Amino acid sequence: MIDYWPLLGIVLVVIGFALRFNPLLVVAVAAIATGLLGGMPFLKVLGVLGHGFNESRYVSIIWIVLPVIGLLERYGLQERARTLIVNMRGATTGRLLLVYLGLRQILAALGLTSVMGQAQTVRPLVAPMAVAAAEKQHGELDEDTGERVKAMSAATDNIGLFFGEDIFIAIGSILLIQGAFAGFGIQLTPFQLSVWAIPTAICAFMIHGARLLLLDRKLGVRR
Amino acid sequence: MINYTWLYVLAGAIFASFAIGSAMDRTNPRRFGNAAFWGLLTASFWFGDFLGDIGNGVLVLALGAIAGAHLLSRGSKESTTVRERERFSERYRNRLFLPALIIPFTAFVGTLLFNYTPLKVTGLIDLKATTLVLLGLGVIIALLTCYVWLKPPLTAPFEEGRRLMDSIGWAGVLPQMLASLGAVFAAAGVGTTIGAIVGAIIPQGNIFLVVLVYAFGMVAFTMIMGNAFAAFPVMAAAIGVPILIHQDGGNPAVIGAVGMLAGFCGTLMTPMAANFNIVPAALLELKNQYGVIKAQVPTALAMLAANIAILYFAGFRP
Repeated sequence: MIDYWPLLGIVLVVIGFALRFNPLLVVAVAAIATGLLGGMPFLKVLGVLGHGFNESRYVSIIWIVLPVIGLLERYGLQERARTLIVNMRGATTGRLLLVYLGLRQILAALGLTSVMGQAQTVRPLVAPMAVAAAEKQHGELDEDTGERVKAMSAATDNIGLFFGEDIFIAIGSILLIQGAFAGFGIQLTPFQLSVWAIPTAICAFMIHGARLLLLDRKLGVRR
Repeated sequence: MINYTWLYVLAGAIFASFAIGSAMDRTNPRRFGNAAFWGLLTASFWFGDFLGDIGNGVLVLALGAIAGAHLLSRGSKESTTVRERERFSERYRNRLFLPALIIPFTAFVGTLLFNYTPLKVTGLIDLKATTLVLLGLGVIIALLTCYVWLKPPLTAPFEEGRRLMDSIGWAGVLPQMLASLGAVFAAAGVGTTIGAIVGAIIPQGNIFLVVLVYAFGMVAFTMIMGNAFAAFPVMAAAIGVPILIHQDGGNPAVIGAVGMLAGFCGTLMTPMAANFNIVPAALLELKNQYGVIKAQVPTALAMLAANIAILYFAGFRP
């Protein structure tokens, strides 16, 4: 007999996100509800939630870069990033993001996942550059197009990271696969696993790369 | 040994500066809401290990209540105008990139130096935290460089950091919050339930259909949990190991590695993976908080198809 009750917490999260309640509130409520429905007493649920939060603090460490990025923006960093692209001949949004995609994949494959990122590189450098290039191709951007170019910059960073990092042998997910399989008596080396991340990485570069070049065409580049 | 605790002290100090700055910002209509929110996060970073599990739980509920009651807002003071920034940008030219690049450069060179020289055995840095510690070091070096070169007012970096943090708002804490929701899901047996459901719908006798269920199961469960790490052990236990590997003789390395990568396609399509999908939308000040996900869905679906093909053709070579 499958116990379906704990799944109600998932339903709560989906409904809460869909109705656009504040996500922090939705998550807190869903956590308490899931725990109670899973048969835990209230204080136990509260303890598990609190313990999980305390153990996950490393997730929020990235915000220590904000003072540096903010300060440089005060002195014109974004404006400079735009100027650089405007003066670069042949620079288009698609080509710029394609180069970034390749670079992100290669560095992630070398285990250097935190070198680039949404706060470190996308907000201060990549997004303003992509927007500047788009303005060069398209003229002034309407709101939707501007949003799309920025969203594509963030998407390119994620895709480069996800489909690059597993080629590195000491990344968390590879070690997790190794550990999970070892529990079933299947012995694999990290190297055997990471080799099989390469075909997917190549597909990602081609698929997302093609979309980036299509974006160029939409923005009105003539070749 | 330098470990996470050092970073928590540093991050806590920065959050504390946001809390104090918020409290004094008269242009923010909800300044005390912001101050309380970042103050609580400071408490978590500095004293989390002494608060006890239930104390931390109360802190989490308080953060949720502040955000849920819409007590967060942002100040309207701009430190420099667009004109001024353009003037600065003309004056400092491309050298402005250097401090921004110090952070990734320190992380890059530092990680290489540390991992491939005898430094590693000195135990100077906790191996689990190496890259983040070096990122923190990069931040400190970059800050000092900016102070010496640009000579900003002493509080300027923290004012500017708070300006960015305010534009991100509650989304900045969402990833950590979702990680703790994952802990509750695990304790309540959500994974076991989903594994049992998936196990009950496995089609018999057709390897391709089983591969489909495995890949889509990874995607669906990853979208629910917000990361593929939680989904993988469940799907491996329900389908990957007993059916694809033992029963049908699939190549374990392919089933493992590409199964995980199929899960990553799910990560690209869910708001539960907030640090990748929701935070950047806030960071780039997009109107649509799901804008980044929208941009990722076509690539994610095409990559899912590619991963299914790799699983089937490379995993089951005769």
